[in-house]
Amino acid sequence: MSTTATIDHAPGAPAEPQINYLNARYGVRSWLLTLDHKRIGLLYLGTITVMFVVGGIAATMMRLNLLEPQGALVEPETYNKLFSTHGIVMVFFFLVPSIPATLGNFLIPLMIGARDVAFPKLNLLSWYIFATACCLMLYVVATGGVDTGWTFYTPYSSLHSHTDVFLAAMAVFIGGFSSILTGMNFVVTIHKMRAPGMTWFRLPLFIWAMYATSLIFVLATPVIAVTMFLLMLERVLHVGIFDPALGGDPLLFQHMFWFYSHPAVYIMILPSMGVISELITAFSRKKIFGYSFIAFSSLAIAVISFLVWGHHMFVSGQSVYAGLVFSVLSFLVAIPSAVKVFNWTATLYKGSISYEAPMLYALGFIGLFTIGGLTGLFLASLATDVHLNGTYFIVAHFHYIMVGGAVMALMGGLHFWWPKITGRLYPDLWARFAALVIFIGFNLTFFPQFILGYLGMPRRYAMYPAEFQALNVLSSAGASVLAVGYVIPVIYLIWSLRNGPIAGPNPWGAKGLEWTTQSPPLTENFVKTPIVTEEAYNYETAPEPEVARV
Amino acid sequence: MMGLTQFALNSMAALWAGLPLMPPAASSIAESVDHLYYFLTGITVFFSVLIFSIIFYFMIKYRRRPGQKTEPETHTSMFLELSWTIIPSIICVVIFVWSSALFVRNARPPANAREIFVIGKQWMWQIQHPEGPREIDALHVPVGEAIKLTMTSQDVIHGFYIPAFRVKKDVLPGRYTSVWFKADQTGVYHLFCSQYCGTNHSEMIGWVYVMSPTDYAAWLSAGEQSESLAQQGARLFTQLGCDTCHTGAASSTGPSLAGIYGKPEKMATGGTRVVDDTFLREAILTPSTIHVAGFAQIMPTFTGQVNEEQLLQLIAYVKSLQPQERTNGQ
Amino acid sequence: MSEAATVHDNPTGFSHQFEDLEQQREAGRLGMWVFLATEVLFFGGMFAAYTVYRSLHPMAFDIGSHLLDVRFGATNTAVLICSSLTMALAIRSAQTGKKKGTIIWWLVLTMLLGATFLFLKFRFEWYHDYIEHTIPGFGFHNLPQWGANAPQVQMFMCFYFFMTGLHALHMIVGIGVLAVLTGMAGRGKFTSQYFAPLEISGLYWHFVDIIWIFLFPLLYLAGGRYPH
Repeated sequence: MSTTATIDHAPGAPAEPQINYLNARYGVRSWLLTLDHKRIGLLYLGTITVMFVVGGIAATMMRLNLLEPQGALVEPETYNKLFSTHGIVMVFFFLVPSIPATLGNFLIPLMIGARDVAFPKLNLLSWYIFATACCLMLYVVATGGVDTGWTFYTPYSSLHSHTDVFLAAMAVFIGGFSSILTGMNFVVTIHKMRAPGMTWFRLPLFIWAMYATSLIFVLATPVIAVTMFLLMLERVLHVGIFDPALGGDPLLFQHMFWFYSHPAVYIMILPSMGVISELITAFSRKKIFGYSFIAFSSLAIAVISFLVWGHHMFVSGQSVYAGLVFSVLSFLVAIPSAVKVFNWTATLYKGSISYEAPMLYALGFIGLFTIGGLTGLFLASLATDVHLNGTYFIVAHFHYIMVGGAVMALMGGLHFWWPKITGRLYPDLWARFAALVIFIGFNLTFFPQFILGYLGMPRRYAMYPAEFQALNVLSSAGASVLAVGYVIPVIYLIWSLRNGPIAGPNPWGAKGLEWTTQSPPLTENFVKTPIVTEEAYNYETAPEPEVARV
Repeated sequence: MMGLTQFALNSMAALWAGLPLMPPAASSIAESVDHLYYFLTGITVFFSVLIFSIIFYFMIKYRRRPGQKTEPETHTSMFLELSWTIIPSIICVVIFVWSSALFVRNARPPANAREIFVIGKQWMWQIQHPEGPREIDALHVPVGEAIKLTMTSQDVIHGFYIPAFRVKKDVLPGRYTSVWFKADQTGVYHLFCSQYCGTNHSEMIGWVYVMSPTDYAAWLSAGEQSESLAQQGARLFTQLGCDTCHTGAASSTGPSLAGIYGKPEKMATGGTRVVDDTFLREAILTPSTIHVAGFAQIMPTFTGQVNEEQLLQLIAYVKSLQPQERTNGQ
Repeated sequence: MSEAATVHDNPTGFSHQFEDLEQQREAGRLGMWVFLATEVLFFGGMFAAYTVYRSLHPMAFDIGSHLLDVRFGATNTAVLICSSLTMALAIRSAQTGKKKGTIIWWLVLTMLLGATFLFLKFRFEWYHDYIEHTIPGFGFHNLPQWGANAPQVQMFMCFYFFMTGLHALHMIVGIGVLAVLTGMAGRGKFTSQYFAPLEISGLYWHFVDIIWIFLFPLLYLAGGRYPH
């Protein structure tokens, strides 16, 4: 499996297991009462993996149902609950926390040279809040689910749905506080706890990305909390907050919902972009091209993301003028993302590139994010959005960004930092194979959906006209490949925990403070607080990779 | 070899023909929307291919070789940064201007558009032609004529979507939204509900029948003989007692409704409001929110006494009133 | 936390993820400001929804506003402003190294004023609303003179209870925090070098006061321009 088949640990790695954050204390209590950001990151990893499986099962059943025009598997009522479960679980309980709460929690203190985050107890509390929200959502799913879609549009959700909207909204409401606490922690940690010499412009770009994400966490999440709160009150009291018959305005719900949910999608993509910056530099062994442009574009994206929510409502009955304003701002938010893609590509120029799994994920990200981002232009453009809104084109667009983008970045990041987190290496050939399977399966699943969308197939349809069947079958076939692609890493990563070669401090020969400590790190991260004297990604002074691979 | 190539090309052609990529373009705006779509697709393909190719090229040319040392580089180039900021911005401006011009042009229906009414409810479309005929999940229209749809929902938010015409608009409870189109090809086209509305959302579909003007006229008159919307509205107007206050006489308690549709009306607070469908709807359902200058605000509410269909009938009636018409039979 | 020894015992409440007390203090302050930013957005969402409905239904909201008793609202405003003063004095007395008794005195006074606010609100305003059947969901009764405005009057009262209820919840949490601080002061934790918890809680308390200062005119003083 591994290319170092004849020795059982990588050269340079210690032969004896050393004290680290994983074995410093044992027992369930030491995990459930931990204040160590690294352990908390792993607690989150476990929780979001469970939620990903739940959301994935829902998606599997949906794609199976869509094999036939009249629905192959379930009744429409069940299908509606499936897509709602899929959306709510994947957005609120998987994507929003994913990279920030797992890789962010694990890496931020390490990357800035700190011992922990600013408020470790709040960090643990945020995980408990998140786990509670997840349990509540799983309870809702187990007792019949909701059928409102993850967007909970009123008055259907407030007055007409017979499912447990109240508890589902409460689960989202509670989960929001976990995001807020995480964001607060990160903002203060990054501002106040950088090691001596670690100026803002020496920070790894992952930190800039996490900082921008945390600004959104802190400012946008309270609005979804209020929105869900009002929805819950409406379900119980029926006073007409969103009911036109009683003077309420269902469009107000949409404005409030999207005011959070649009910045939320940038919560999902900004950390991914940060991961990609780290992967591209490490595997081309080169300084990033345009450091300050990438750093500032992260901030620009965070700021502008608050101004574009109305592009979800071009056909909902808002005025033409509002449409024009939101359209121009939506084009504006695309520019910083384009700048990043060009800068990453330019980083490869005259680099020394290797193709381990993390790099394959990173390159796949750039390609798929480019396509996903450009299809966003079709939707920022008013005239085409009228035709495409509410169709499978939208579904394809956001899956390109969220799955082709964010999930691939999460996979790439997990594979890159796996040796640091676990102290083990995994078999790279299997990892590259899985990355390829995922890439192929992903495109097969979602590319046909762009075509379905322009043809006019609406989203959230349990049944569809027969002429759409061929493309649907293609998409479902792709989904089965994608599912296989996701199962393979689970197997070899778990295998590596016991059987993988032991990793040294810096198997990739990468720059970054996290690679200057042992793998896995000590609980307090550094024996002595590091002092930073060089720019980020200064690969001229980088050590060689421990295991020479191409 | 030739035989094999022939076979491959034939299969691709068959696949191409059997696998549709574009919906029919059957309205006056469909082609222009499609042109914009092709441009956007071109941009997407161009930049995707560009990025993919550059990455492939760099991946191969700069792959790691043993003993290789990376060369020191400059890591910014203001020229490149500006170029790849400005060029995408220009492209975005072009798309924005093109698209917005189309959108704004399509937003306002032509003045002579024929109006048809739509009521969406879980889970069917009720179409009401002003001449009287009603249909469920079907919309018959004449080709070549501008049609304006005035729509409302009886329960939740729905979406009225005709892919072949490239038009879509959400249908809201408690207010009217409208969309217009001019079909330029006869035929039968899909009608879908595009805003999730509950259990049978995917069955809230129907057909749009575009007919020649003569066929359409024949269809209108062949339909079950019923009164026009305005006629039904006239009856309702008397039935509900509206004519006791809105007599059209100079001394009447309520403002005269003759010829007021589409005109601005002076309000007691000083401003003016245009008398459109929404205004009339509010006046009938929540009259305490409307205070016309020169009249006491004593009109009772008819909430609960009229349903959406009846509201449309009353509105059609008011719309039909010519100036100087009296409405209490004198 | 760490196995490698944290050898200090913590008389000054120092948390060892920080380099020094100064960093800890700055982090705590920044953290509270960030938290208050989230609260601004949280209440802001409510304020925005309220504003939208106020502009859609001005007359109904005017009627609703007149259902509230301005005297209690005004008194409560004064009570809260005084409580912010006593809170500031508590912090000041720690900062200037006064005896713990002084600090406790000011903290207790702040809590009493906060409790007074809550007492006036719950016992007089809300109980009165309950008797008069103007609490939505608890036997809300439409008065005939409201006419067609009735549903929106109920909506005003909804917003009144949501917003003041949320505010009251924050007050209760604040009083709880003050109780904890009082306990800490009693154990002699605060010195002129270390009074960060007082400072940070003070920020929170002032913020809750400021929210009320926006709520009072919006809810109690709205309207009065339309003849009934």
